[in-house]
Amino acid sequence: MSLQSAPAGPPLDPEGPPARIAVITRIVPETPDSSTYWARFRVGEGEGYSFEPGQFNMLYLFGIGEVAISISSDPSHPQLLGHTVRSVGRVTNAFRNLRPGDEIGIRGPFGRPWPLDSARGGDLVVVAGGVGICPVRPAIEYAMRHREQFRRLVLLMGAREPSLFPYKEELEKWVAQMRRIGVELHLTVDQADADWKYDEGVVTTLFPKANLEPDRTTAFICGPEIMMWFAARGLLEVGVPPQRVHVSLERHMQCGVKLCGHCQMGPKFVCQDGPVFRWDEVGELLEVREL
Amino acid sequence: MRFLDHQGFERLLATLADDGYELVGPTVRDGAIVLDRIEGADDLPRGVGEEQGPGSYRLTSRGDGRYFAWAHGPDSAKRFLFPARELLARMRREGGAFAVETAPDERPIAFVGLRSCDLHAVAVQDRVFMHADPGYRRRREAAVFVGVDCAEPGATCFCASMGTGPRCTEGFDVALTELEGGFVVQAATPTGEALLARIETREATEAEVEAVAETERTAVAAMGRQMDEWDMPALLYRNRLHPRWKEVASRCLACGNCTSVCPTCFCHDIVDGVSLSGDVATRTREWASCFSEEYSWAAGAVVRASRESRYRQWLTHKFASWIDQFGTSGCVGCGRCITWCPVGIDVTEEVAAIRATDGEVEVVTS
Repeated sequence: MSLQSAPAGPPLDPEGPPARIAVITRIVPETPDSSTYWARFRVGEGEGYSFEPGQFNMLYLFGIGEVAISISSDPSHPQLLGHTVRSVGRVTNAFRNLRPGDEIGIRGPFGRPWPLDSARGGDLVVVAGGVGICPVRPAIEYAMRHREQFRRLVLLMGAREPSLFPYKEELEKWVAQMRRIGVELHLTVDQADADWKYDEGVVTTLFPKANLEPDRTTAFICGPEIMMWFAARGLLEVGVPPQRVHVSLERHMQCGVKLCGHCQMGPKFVCQDGPVFRWDEVGELLEVREL
Repeated sequence: MRFLDHQGFERLLATLADDGYELVGPTVRDGAIVLDRIEGADDLPRGVGEEQGPGSYRLTSRGDGRYFAWAHGPDSAKRFLFPARELLARMRREGGAFAVETAPDERPIAFVGLRSCDLHAVAVQDRVFMHADPGYRRRREAAVFVGVDCAEPGATCFCASMGTGPRCTEGFDVALTELEGGFVVQAATPTGEALLARIETREATEAEVEAVAETERTAVAAMGRQMDEWDMPALLYRNRLHPRWKEVASRCLACGNCTSVCPTCFCHDIVDGVSLSGDVATRTREWASCFSEEYSWAAGAVVRASRESRYRQWLTHKFASWIDQFGTSGCVGCGRCITWCPVGIDVTEEVAAIRATDGEVEVVTS
């Protein structure tokens, strides 16, 4: 599949077709229903493109549609983008048909990133569950690259079972590298199998083991909403202030520019006011079912 | 203030048409007064009246020569400035893919006979679309607005309590007040002044000027309903678990009529399509409704599965979170959502019910 990009001219409709085209270079299966699609901008298409950890792109498949996907690759290499896509709907299922060499449209980046600045000098604690690891991975990559900017770097990651952990390909490498640079990594699954050599139990059971220091902690939480709710409550209980607990929310996003209305949660437009929110901004909203 | 007789009024419309504007005004179609393209004054619903209430709307014959002695029907300026379906782009897979086709040659619109509520509704949608949507901005900036003071508000109207009517106070180029034999007319913009300067008018008499004020007083007194906005948005925010949501959901059909007729509802879908040959893809924008299941579909699940959560979203957005998002209420008190609700759900009644039992929480028994 080959696409052509928009001609130079006046700025396009913000809801219009994507201005940039990228070529799929590699597809890595991650879990039974998700894969990471690595894509490189076509020559000239990525000019001026950069993103911050926690932001998302609208990815377009020709004639099929567009879908909001978090960027899960290293922000220091913005010309080569990794998006981990879980196949749950019409467009995300069509991703399964992509092959290296195919082209996708990219509109973005959108949204409020993880506040790495506010974590500097203190302890960064990342709590992630399942494919919730994907949107927070660029923040982990950044923190590892700039290890000296943080006092402790604590990663608490869980999944329902080992097969639902993304990035297994890199996991061993990560573990070794993290040990080397002093990253405290704890892995757990709700249900272990014979080969699993880390912890067993939901991700919040890692909290006591991590020995967190609440007055120095800034937490980034990403995972299913119910998991984030329990994780945030757990952190608040040990004394982490709500202003330093951050979650990344998922809602229906069609435009990315606060126009289409679908991603509303109370007064918030998740696409631009989020997707990363402080707990004091959204904790109350998340307590209301079906808001 | 000036006075415009019927001949002058016809001249006003003809002048706009001569200037290249497409006239959009009230006309009778399918048993209702709708807004549509009109040729001139002959297409207006002269001598037509209406009776409306929750879930009911009927045209009546007044047997007089009044052009605008009725309360609005289902249409507002929304479907002209923010069309229900709009092609944003057509993309070609090869040889020109992603080239955005230029918009078809649109004639600028002259809206004739918009009421104050609908002029305010345009201002509310401006806050949503003007900064970001080139299509809306193009149509909006090219349009001319001829407002008409509302003399006969409907039984479901509550603009007076929302501060958005019944007299035209802003958002128009020219505003008319219909009297016996003609109109008192005023211009509010250079466009409106230039327009009036080309049409024969005379100085309005003292009695005519007084009649304008009397029209407003009568209309306020005849207003069918009222909305108490006190303590918004907090009132609805602190009542998210109020039992009334479940109660209203037992009546609501989740049909989305209210969002269609609402002059400010802006939610929409971005719809991507493809030709049968697979070579040409389109992107269109279509009205969406927060009452549909797919509206809140995210990551393989529906956020608002229950009807009560969808009704709560709509009402709370309209009267509360809209204020946080856009600095204004999303409601202009036109009452269309009451009239066109097939089961006659009344927003003024729903808000009043929550206010009357403020703080009540649904007791969930398992």
